[in-house]
Amino acid sequence: MKKAQTMDKKVKDIIKKYYGDKTAMIAILQDVQEEFRYLPKETLSFISKKMDVPLTRIYEIATFYNAFSLKPRGKHTIEVCLGTACHVQGASRLIDRLERDLSISSGDTTKDKMFTLEEVRCLGCCSLAPVIRISGNVHPYLTQDELPKILRNYK
Amino acid sequence: MVSFVIDGKNVQAEGGAMLLNVARQNGIVIPTLCAHDTVARSGACRLCVVEVTKGKRTRIVTSCLYPVDEGIVVSTKTERVMNVRSLVMQLLMARCPESQLLKDMAKEMGIEPQPSFRVETDKGKCILCRLCVKTCEDVVGVSAIGLSRRGKDKIVGPPFMEDSVTCVGCGACAYVCPTDHIVMESTDGRRKIWGRAFRMKACDTCGRYFAPVDQLKWISKKTGTPLSELSVCLSCK
Repeated sequence: MKKAQTMDKKVKDIIKKYYGDKTAMIAILQDVQEEFRYLPKETLSFISKKMDVPLTRIYEIATFYNAFSLKPRGKHTIEVCLGTACHVQGASRLIDRLERDLSISSGDTTKDKMFTLEEVRCLGCCSLAPVIRISGNVHPYLTQDELPKILRNYK
Repeated sequence: MVSFVIDGKNVQAEGGAMLLNVARQNGIVIPTLCAHDTVARSGACRLCVVEVTKGKRTRIVTSCLYPVDEGIVVSTKTERVMNVRSLVMQLLMARCPESQLLKDMAKEMGIEPQPSFRVETDKGKCILCRLCVKTCEDVVGVSAIGLSRRGKDKIVGPPFMEDSVTCVGCGACAYVCPTDHIVMESTDGRRKIWGRAFRMKACDTCGRYFAPVDQLKWISKKTGTPLSELSVCLSCK
């Protein structure tokens, strides 16, 4: 009960920040996602009621953009670049190793809610291939043997 | 008033009227799936393509969204139009292989399915024309369904694909759906749509089930008519 109340309070503050402007829906959802690391179902219904926007409309936005997640996400997002350069340098081996070590498949979150594994296209630093990005930190020239050590630093 | 030519016939129409409507008023058949009188045209199904010559330029346009203009020359049955239309038809058939309506339309137009198009198996009969979504929003006013996800994963349905709290079970979406993708099952006193069951109201006079209770409540709320006045079916009124 208490948790739900603080959740509503936080969402209310976010809506207030944008003066309840319906056209700022994407910005509001981004802020909610930043707050909870995903878009909880209850918050979407809450926003719908508070801002008088049909839930369908919000759901359309939330499912259209890749940046939004409706599933709970880990504390750290591991983005493995699968762009051309990284792919050629063996990024698929990094994905395989991470999937094995974290025992999740790409797109999922570990049980302890620490890591979410994601495949991305180009991160824009092909000269560093193969590259992964964890919570915004870029790790260049990786081999799969280095991965366990890197992950330990985030735990 | 503007005057122009459709299939060699001189026609007069109100300026700004949509080409599809004008053509139909003049007895010219143009196939469509997504055009419905109750909602605005969207050009979603792309079947209504025709060729329009305006000045020196000839191009393919969707007639449902093309405002007529002075001096244009429209051809609805040229080879180019038929090529485009048959491609659209083949793509629709590859998406919705189960749809009997599409098969019948294709047969009527003499179009065979394109064997090199990979046939979809999981899309049902939905052509994503958005007719149901717009009806739910503009006509019924509840916005219970929408198109979610994106690209090849795009699907129609209520949020989270769960029982929608706003749906009133009116069945308007199933009624307007051109390909019968939306299934509505009515059994005695119950109606099932979008996976949710609705209790039906029996007419006070004849005892026939005529509308879901939720829908009557919605109408009462929206129009201010007391619920008691809505408890008689249309034929008993």
